[in-house]
Amino acid sequence: MHVAIIGNGVTGVTAAVRIRQRRPDWRITLISGESRYHYSRPALMYVFMGHMRYEDTKPFEDSYWAEQRIDLLRAWVTEIDTEQKRLHLLDRDPLAYDRLLIATGSKPNRFGWPGQDLEGVQGLWGLYDLKRLYDTAARTEQAVIVGGGLIGIELAEMLHSRNIDVTFLVRERSYWDNILPKEESGMINEIIRAAGIGLRLETELKEIVSDDSRRCVAVETGNGERISCQLVGLTAGVSPNIDLLRESSIETKRGVLVDSSLRTSAADVWAAGDCAEILRPEADRNLIQQVWYTGKLQGELVGDVIAGEERAYDPGIWFNSAKFLDLEYQTYGQVNMDVPGEKNLFWRHPDQQLAVRIVYTDDGVVGVNLMGLRWRHEVCERWILDKRPVHWVLEHLAEANFDPEFFRRHEPAIQSALREQIA
Amino acid sequence: MIDETLSNYDFDEEDVGFGAPPMLPDAPLSWARRLSAIGIAAGLFLLVLFFFGIDLGGGWSALFSTLGLLSLATALWFYLDFKDTEPGIKHDRTFFRAIQNRSLLGWSLGIAISGFYIVLYFYDELQAKGLPAVLERPIRLLDPLAELTQGGESSRWFLYGVLYTLAIVLFGVRMLMKYRHNRYQRIRTVSVMFFQFGFAWFLPNLLIYFKRPYMEFNGVWPLKHDYLWPGGVDGFLGAGNFGIFLLVWAIGLVVATPILTYFYGKRWYCSWVCGCGGLAETFGDPWRQQSAKSTGAWHIERWLVHGVLIAVLVVTLALWGNHLTDGRVFGSSAYTLKQWYGFYIGAIFSGVVGVGFYPVLGNRIWCRFGCPQAAILGLWQRVFSRFRITTNGGQCISCGNCSTYCEMGIDVRAYAQNGENIVRASCVGCGVCSAVCPRGVLKLENGSFADRFEGADEPLRALRESFEKPEIYGYRAWSERNRQA
Ligand SMILES: Cc1cc2nc3c(=O)[nH]c(=O)nc-3n(C[C@H](O)[C@H](O)[C@H](O)COP(=O)(O)OP(=O)(O)OC[C@H]3O[C@@H](n4cnc5c(N)ncnc54)[C@H](O)[C@@H]3O)c2cc1C
Ligand code: SF4
Ligand code: SF4
Repeated sequence: MHVAIIGNGVTGVTAAVRIRQRRPDWRITLISGESRYHYSRPALMYVFMGHMRYEDTKPFEDSYWAEQRIDLLRAWVTEIDTEQKRLHLLDRDPLAYDRLLIATGSKPNRFGWPGQDLEGVQGLWGLYDLKRLYDTAARTEQAVIVGGGLIGIELAEMLHSRNIDVTFLVRERSYWDNILPKEESGMINEIIRAAGIGLRLETELKEIVSDDSRRCVAVETGNGERISCQLVGLTAGVSPNIDLLRESSIETKRGVLVDSSLRTSAADVWAAGDCAEILRPEADRNLIQQVWYTGKLQGELVGDVIAGEERAYDPGIWFNSAKFLDLEYQTYGQVNMDVPGEKNLFWRHPDQQLAVRIVYTDDGVVGVNLMGLRWRHEVCERWILDKRPVHWVLEHLAEANFDPEFFRRHEPAIQSALREQIA
Repeated sequence: MIDETLSNYDFDEEDVGFGAPPMLPDAPLSWARRLSAIGIAAGLFLLVLFFFGIDLGGGWSALFSTLGLLSLATALWFYLDFKDTEPGIKHDRTFFRAIQNRSLLGWSLGIAISGFYIVLYFYDELQAKGLPAVLERPIRLLDPLAELTQGGESSRWFLYGVLYTLAIVLFGVRMLMKYRHNRYQRIRTVSVMFFQFGFAWFLPNLLIYFKRPYMEFNGVWPLKHDYLWPGGVDGFLGAGNFGIFLLVWAIGLVVATPILTYFYGKRWYCSWVCGCGGLAETFGDPWRQQSAKSTGAWHIERWLVHGVLIAVLVVTLALWGNHLTDGRVFGSSAYTLKQWYGFYIGAIFSGVVGVGFYPVLGNRIWCRFGCPQAAILGLWQRVFSRFRITTNGGQCISCGNCSTYCEMGIDVRAYAQNGENIVRASCVGCGVCSAVCPRGVLKLENGSFADRFEGADEPLRALRESFEKPEIYGYRAWSERNRQA
């Protein structure tokens, strides 16, 4: 049996390891056009800023793959032939498979802005972008970043660390306010500005302007402002990377359509991770999850399924985390999701960048947001699963505390402030 | 069909070695920083003048205008270096600075420190071989301080003590500023500064002042091996009631070691009290990312560190065997062993290599590969302690900051990505992995010893298994468990 996996991101790698665990004698080939070895995509920024070297971003030692008898192939797949069960590779002979996993991840959105193909305009997704960033930074004094999401702020921090003057264009009224409530989003606006990064809210990109040599020299915003810059970072979200499937018979919509066991419409072909769109006939929308942990969960599941153990994907209680410059953020459950009957409690430290939000309904707590504080995943998850009443949660706040030892405890202040809000 | 920008991909990520991206110049230094830079330069200049025999007013004024000025200006520099930044992890450019990496500069610094240790340790022998008396002037510089604190002339060991303590205190200021957002780091740093200054320098000097047997009050056998070797014990016993007190203190620390380790983990000593640990955590902090992370390094580590532990036990037994039987058991070989241990382990390993190689092998070379005390504490921590590092559910993004900055070369990320507790013999509980994690995944905690890992409730079995199958508990790349598949 030969399992081929396209993509050595967290999804593909987790699946490969899982299949090896269950099927010691199967042949496994892990294919990626981007890199020979798996590396941590979220760590890209740290390479540029000098916190780590590229080799430090690899979660496994290079020798691991041979020990595990997982064949690595650094190649681009150009076509999937589901009839012949073959992969066509760029500049190489085709590769036959018995079972196939598509884990091609996502790619940066490009909204057809005028000038988006100019030199000096790029996204931040992989090693190729990192390399280009090195090249462009050499002639960059000012940069403009378009799109106020997680990758945008990372890119801003990266360029800022090289003393490049960064302007951050955010279409919304406040940073990432489609995800974050007003208060949290406002805190981030503050710290972006305090760091000396130019933040333009409610500002859209109209056009990227070039010189004669097709290099970008400025952007024009929707308000008619012209900001000169030698580098434009386009970070307006990502979409499933399904370019490869455009001409294949495998069904796609926004992503590769899969059932709850992550099976595609083609026989012996599965898809998982950022590129997958999980059909949910019972809900009004299909499920596309584009974060690290869901890639890992889906990779584990699809590995089991490919190895022959039937399982269905359960996304569990949502969580995520990020760091905005020096400000840490964690979230558990549903916040800012317009849950019917939801009420919000919000505490912010009078002078430090610390905040807590608890979202609850009459049935119990549904979500929490934390800025600058760390809470325990298991505890928050249990509260939400068990639908703990908000009073009970306030009573037990200390159990969730995950801050390092000796950190000042804020539970008493949080408790009394939030109890007052309830009353 | 794929995006052509991707298929035009024309570099090999393994070869490009991303390195430092281009950058624009930093803002000019503030006046205060220029002033502190001038202070450092002036202090160094005057120091050199003094070394070459220029009298700087003699006594205290020479000391103040050289080491004093240098220290104040350095502390000011570190303070100002971080003062205007937002509190938070400041690791920008760590891998780009020559001095913090295995560059020509890094190697030169390493060789210079090693050279200093060689001259210091073998000064008499080297002088007999024709080395000029290079330490004479530096030693004399400290005479007034020695007179004040020890009631006598300065010596090369006094010089060493002063420099060592200064390094911890000055780089302690740097640590305090760098981690000022993190109370664990602040308190811990104050602790190592306190124990070095008070327990390892000030009080021992008082002992000399009052002509009592010498002892550093934070030193424990077998790290300070001679405290409980026959010679040391005889010294204590020959010094009256106070000598007995010192002996009780030395034995008390040995007894307290497993108890404190049970409650708080190895860190109570290695990262809070110990002088070697103190130097590593302060002066050594700029180089923690240089620790070797490979499986190979881990194998070397466990053989070496436990080998040294066995060696010190053998030497101790041999010396006591001889002592109690008037030399009938081991004869002169015990003496040879003692010399051998003192030379290779005490001087070469812990000093010349252990500190000298900070810039190229990281700041815990001795603690990780050589210290017998660390080996004992590690075994306790591994099987019988309440300490562990807890990982926060599924929040880890495998970024690798924790593993990169773990000075003990532990692959913290491997555990974090699997949602497993980190219970490792070598972990000194410095807390830096937890501090650098951008997703808040790691927390050092003390809890019940039985719930730390599967099988923790049977410590003896866990100990046996870790001998039989070290890979289960030892180094692992992510999902090491699968290696057994
Ligand atoms: C800068 C950045 C920061 C991020 N930070 C976070 C974070 O903090 N937290 C978080 O949860 N998530 C973060 N993410 C998202 C996270 O990295 C992704 O969700 C995760 O990597 C998805 O894993 P995956 O395996 O599904 O896909 P990917 O990691 O995208 O891997 C896809 C793989 O497929 C390969 N591939 C694609 N097409 C082909 C082809 N035709 N032929 C051969 N190989 C192909 C690629 O080479 C690539 O290796 C970040 C993403 C980026 C870009
Ligand atoms: S695991 Fe963490 S606490 Fe332990 S030594 Fe490494 S960095 Fe320090
Ligand atoms: S534990 Fe934290 S620092 Fe370590 S790899 Fe995970 S996210 Fe990164």
